[in-house]
Amino acid sequence: MLLFFGSFLLGRFAVAPEMLFRILWDAVRESFCRLFGMQPPAAGYTGQERAVVLNIRLPRVALSALVGAGLSVAGTAYQGMFRNPMVSPDILGASNGAGFGAALGILLSFNYFGVTVSAFVFGVCAVALAWFISRASRMNGTLAMVLAGIVVGSLFSAGTSFVKLVADTEQQLPAITYWLMGSLSSAKTRDLQFALIPALIGMVPLFLLRWRINLLTLGEEEARSLGVHTTRLRLAIVVCATLITSACVSVSGMIGWVGLVIPHFARMLFGHDYKRLIPASMLLGGSFLMVVDNVARLATAGEIPLGILTSVIGAPVFVWLILWGGADREH
Amino acid sequence: MSIEISGLGFSYGSTSVLHDITFTAADGDVAAVLGPNGVGKSTLFRCVLGFLAPSEGGILVNGKDMRALDRRAAAREIAYIPQSCVPSFNYTLLEVVMMGLTNRLGVFDAPRPEHKAAALETMESLGIAHLAHRESGRVSGGERQLALLARAMVQNARVLVMDEPTANLDCGNSALVMERVTALAGEGFTVIFSTHDPNQAFRYATRVLALQGGGVLAMGEPEKALTGEMLTKLYGVGMAVCPVTAAGKSFSVAVVTGGKTQ
Repeated sequence: MLLFFGSFLLGRFAVAPEMLFRILWDAVRESFCRLFGMQPPAAGYTGQERAVVLNIRLPRVALSALVGAGLSVAGTAYQGMFRNPMVSPDILGASNGAGFGAALGILLSFNYFGVTVSAFVFGVCAVALAWFISRASRMNGTLAMVLAGIVVGSLFSAGTSFVKLVADTEQQLPAITYWLMGSLSSAKTRDLQFALIPALIGMVPLFLLRWRINLLTLGEEEARSLGVHTTRLRLAIVVCATLITSACVSVSGMIGWVGLVIPHFARMLFGHDYKRLIPASMLLGGSFLMVVDNVARLATAGEIPLGILTSVIGAPVFVWLILWGGADREH
Repeated sequence: MSIEISGLGFSYGSTSVLHDITFTAADGDVAAVLGPNGVGKSTLFRCVLGFLAPSEGGILVNGKDMRALDRRAAAREIAYIPQSCVPSFNYTLLEVVMMGLTNRLGVFDAPRPEHKAAALETMESLGIAHLAHRESGRVSGGERQLALLARAMVQNARVLVMDEPTANLDCGNSALVMERVTALAGEGFTVIFSTHDPNQAFRYATRVLALQGGGVLAMGEPEKALTGEMLTKLYGVGMAVCPVTAAGKSFSVAVVTGGKTQ
């Protein structure tokens, strides 16, 4: 019954917009093809339009959905695990690590794909480092992890600053700065293929484990007394969330806000049970970033960096939810 | 014997916290653990739950060593009910109660409709079924504790460990919780709880364990173990135990008679 009710809510609020977008885009693609396919003189032109749609628009839309869903779900999982709703997916240093990796890649003149791979690898390394430091410490588990994450994160951001310092100011420095601002403007099919696998490897287990994440929000001792292997579960979540975050950041740069705030949207709309919360935040996050990215592309002739827009669009919605959203759940 | 603590000693590094504790509680017992702040009541409970390894002696719950069982098997024997506090994640009471199913669900499972019905039935038996869809931040502390009690029942463990279950609760709410707890003991559950109120031990406990300086000061039936002299020594303040008759029943009541003695 609960699941049915949950999926009904999901259907009404989140699936609909997303499906709508999908259908809309498919229709746009179809109509483009058909439109130009029916004009025989412009046959050479058709291929180009098709390429625009398939190789530029499609990966971009799909990536924005993937990144939005990924960052939201990672944030949601971390907030439960750390029992703190102010936590975002880069709490363990994934973003800083990825930023350093990208900066290093640009400094060493890797090609575009190499920069992405370098960002991913360093993102994963940063979190692994934070995890091992916290395991070696004798302090309380989650506190040690947060502190280790902060330390490792600041280490890598210092590394990024150093790379900026020694970078060539004509080309490399602007490239690094632009990368760090976060954008999907250069999204290619290859990015999608690259990010999809680690993101899915992370998202599928989180989705399957979603009810168990509830138990971690109770705290170490209560969770253990209920029969949870807290250390194993925590490790699983960290691994999943890190794969997702690193994959997302390595293709999109630093996009703040989504991983912190979308989980709150989802909580206000669908309650605190992770069974509903995880799918809800995936769908909301994916839809939200698709919308924002559309605005980023279309609002002005140039590109507006995504990081700016997520806040500009998200803040009023969040204020609205704070003021009126809570009342809806009183049955 | 449901809880058998024999010659228990525990130390954090070289600091000894508990020593030479031997205590038993059988099915149907409600055991109260008394003692001043910081005496090691919570440490004792962590040892009983199997979270901490005793440095000496041992603990058996239903004849089993909790340290030797994996968490899932241990959760079938013993349940833990923490102090009442406002949770940071605002689950509904039904969601809270269903978390007790953890030890019976697979790693990738979530509660199914039949589980929900069983959870609601348990809540009904504790008189909180009407609050099932209320968020735990919007109910009283007593109702929240009853939900944790329901969770422990859903967990199917027969031994309940309650660390100051009525801290932060007013008189009415703490009576509500403790009445339910003693009713469960009547059904064969074994309860061990800590409290700062000796009168709760008189009112609800069948056995008492008084801890001082990490060791046992007194134990046994409340009427015999809890004397004015013993309580004076335990809390370092003048105390007396008086018989009182109210509403046609006789009660023993502990009162503070004088200032700090040490």
